[in-house]
Amino acid sequence: MNGPLYLWLIPLIPFAGFLINGILGRRLPKWIVTTVALVTPLAAFGVVFNAAATIYVYILPPCVPCGPPDWGIIHLPYTETFPLPWIDIAALHVDFSFVLDQLSLVMLLVVTGVGLLIHVYSVGYMKNDEGYARYFSYLSLFLFFMTVLVLAGNALVMFIGWEGVGLASYLLIGFWFQKKSAADAGKKAFIVNRIGDFGFLIAMFLLVANFGTLTFTEIATKLGQDPGWNGGVVTVIALCLMMGAAGKSAQLPLYIWLPDAMEGPTPVSALIHAATMVTAGVYMVARIHVLFDHSPFALGVVATVGAATAIFAATIALVQNDIKRVLAYSTISQLGYMFLGCGVAAYSAAIFHLMTHAFFKALLFLAAGSVIHGLGGEQDLRKMGGLWKKLPVTFAVMTVGVLAISGIPPFAGFFSKDAILYAAFFQGTNGKILYSVGLLTALLTAFYMARLWYMTFLGEPRSPQSHPHESPWSMRGPLLILAALSICGGWIWLYGFGEFLAPVLGARVAETGGWRLLIPYTQYSLSLETVLSIVAVLFALEGWLIADKFYRRKPARPAQLAAALPESYKLLANKYFVDEFYGATIVKPLLSFSKIFLEWVVDVGILGGAAWLLGGMATFAGAILQRWQSGNLRSYAAWLAAGAAAVLLFLLVPWTTVLAYFAAIHLGMAGH
Amino acid sequence: MNVFFSQEVPLSWYLLLSAVLFSLGVVGFLIKRNLITVFMSIELMLNGVNLSFVTFAHQWHAVKGQIFVFFVMMVAAAEAAVGLAIIIAVFRARATLAVDRIDRMKL
Repeated sequence: MNGPLYLWLIPLIPFAGFLINGILGRRLPKWIVTTVALVTPLAAFGVVFNAAATIYVYILPPCVPCGPPDWGIIHLPYTETFPLPWIDIAALHVDFSFVLDQLSLVMLLVVTGVGLLIHVYSVGYMKNDEGYARYFSYLSLFLFFMTVLVLAGNALVMFIGWEGVGLASYLLIGFWFQKKSAADAGKKAFIVNRIGDFGFLIAMFLLVANFGTLTFTEIATKLGQDPGWNGGVVTVIALCLMMGAAGKSAQLPLYIWLPDAMEGPTPVSALIHAATMVTAGVYMVARIHVLFDHSPFALGVVATVGAATAIFAATIALVQNDIKRVLAYSTISQLGYMFLGCGVAAYSAAIFHLMTHAFFKALLFLAAGSVIHGLGGEQDLRKMGGLWKKLPVTFAVMTVGVLAISGIPPFAGFFSKDAILYAAFFQGTNGKILYSVGLLTALLTAFYMARLWYMTFLGEPRSPQSHPHESPWSMRGPLLILAALSICGGWIWLYGFGEFLAPVLGARVAETGGWRLLIPYTQYSLSLETVLSIVAVLFALEGWLIADKFYRRKPARPAQLAAALPESYKLLANKYFVDEFYGATIVKPLLSFSKIFLEWVVDVGILGGAAWLLGGMATFAGAILQRWQSGNLRSYAAWLAAGAAAVLLFLLVPWTTVLAYFAAIHLGMAGH
Repeated sequence: MNVFFSQEVPLSWYLLLSAVLFSLGVVGFLIKRNLITVFMSIELMLNGVNLSFVTFAHQWHAVKGQIFVFFVMMVAAAEAAVGLAIIIAVFRARATLAVDRIDRMKL
């Protein structure tokens, strides 16, 4: 691989960090571990930043209206391929190739940038943990696989990263493996992800069978050449891919692992289970969107799953009392938004929301981590309250995050959420329904985020014996940077972020009646757009007002409401009993099947029985043959003599003649 | 010359004697209990074989058989030395030379 951008360095630097901290970390002094943990993501971010700067200088025009881009010396997509072929079997040719285009550049900046901030934050957060080096080696491993996933030029390389981030996620969820709940949560995440990965694998097999290639650009070319590719096998492939995406990005019905994943350290929840890894599904759908474009049905499924997940998770988040669980369900809900955006073919909007969500959700999680850190491990919202005086910086950045996720202008979330809702509104058949669901979700989002905010920071301290303290600067610094990004991150939409992504994501097949998100806000006639934005903001404010009423002006109201609607409250508080439902319909039958059939019949019966049978036969034969070993020298000699006599007999007697003689007798008798 | 050769002992007699010697050796080896007698039976077998070697060597005018006999005799001498030493050692240790009772290595 060679090239002026050195893409191959981006994953390899974190991998070096993983090796150093993973192998030597326990023996190295702490400051070296810290240095490695900070330098490697910084260097990776530096390489990405260099690439971005190169592209900015050589490729992008100074501003969008200035005319067509001047494709200078570097052409996007820019590919770096390992010089040796990787898989070369008959017609199938797979290279180990990395691709940089507008989409992967944005994703790389988010992954390495937020990753770097969270590494810095972790230095403060994990300071007193025994597994300090182990933690950072896992985190570096995650960065390695995530950048492989993002840079992948074909589905197989992406799958490596895809599985790898799953592994890193498993390791980090179960980081405190002494706690049974953490170990179980890690296993749950891994197993549920396997179901999604199964879909991804099937999709890859179908791609090889039908297209003969796994390279994204070649798939797009083949689809473009033949307009006959519509529906049918393309739908099947797209749905299998969506299954993979639903597993990784915690969508219905595979979302159940993400709330449990909060057992991991909070920075991990921020980096992996909010900002980057869980958005891999959205990224994958956007990366391979040509397939979805050729299957309106699959797109419809994506949009429906997204919208359903968004409102479903938002309703659960209304009544959760664990600060991280609220954020976890909020993440699921926001990921639903992204899939809603993908489903209405507004991939740019989805990626835009992915980016802003990475900023404000990482911020919210890290701020929550700061609160938990300050309270010495307390995560229950009911035991917080009145913290704004004790944790002023955390309070300020959390406020920014809450405003951003609620969609209040001019914070980042407003622009991205608005872009998705706008695209949904214009989608052909079910657009208005999707839009309404999205709008309602926006209201719920504003409500539960405001609830979290009120319960944590305002009111009277509900657990007076604790002495909350503000976090160290290594934690406050990343919070402030993320807060700035959560404020300003959305503004790039006004400067043509959608147009920037358009070469990769913009076009959509005309006959599916698609709408292109190519018109930047500044050039569009503002009437309907403005109305929709105002409606969205009003809904968000309404959610905020309800929360204000419930948790500030009339604090008794939530309890009254819960008492008035006990069934609904119970349903929500128990997360619709989905875990119980899965437990009863899938886990328990599977366990019984494993116990009765696999363990007793197959393992003990067939396998164990076969082993015992073989052993028994050998023992039996040995019991008989051991009489041979009498220890009597003369019996050995007799056997030897008998053997020699047998050999002699065999050699000296002309057996063919004898047999022929007997045969002749027999035949002669038969003849008579 | 022809007359002289025609009065020679026939080949089959030599071979018969060789087979008788070998069989006596085998039978002696199998039925005798005394380790020394067993040892002597082995010598008898070896010499039976030697006789057939010499017979054929003479018959075919091939010197290989004769040479082989020298080798066998040499090995037999060495074997006798080692074997007798072992017999003495066994007798010292067990105070018996009965083959059937030297069976400590039985399972």
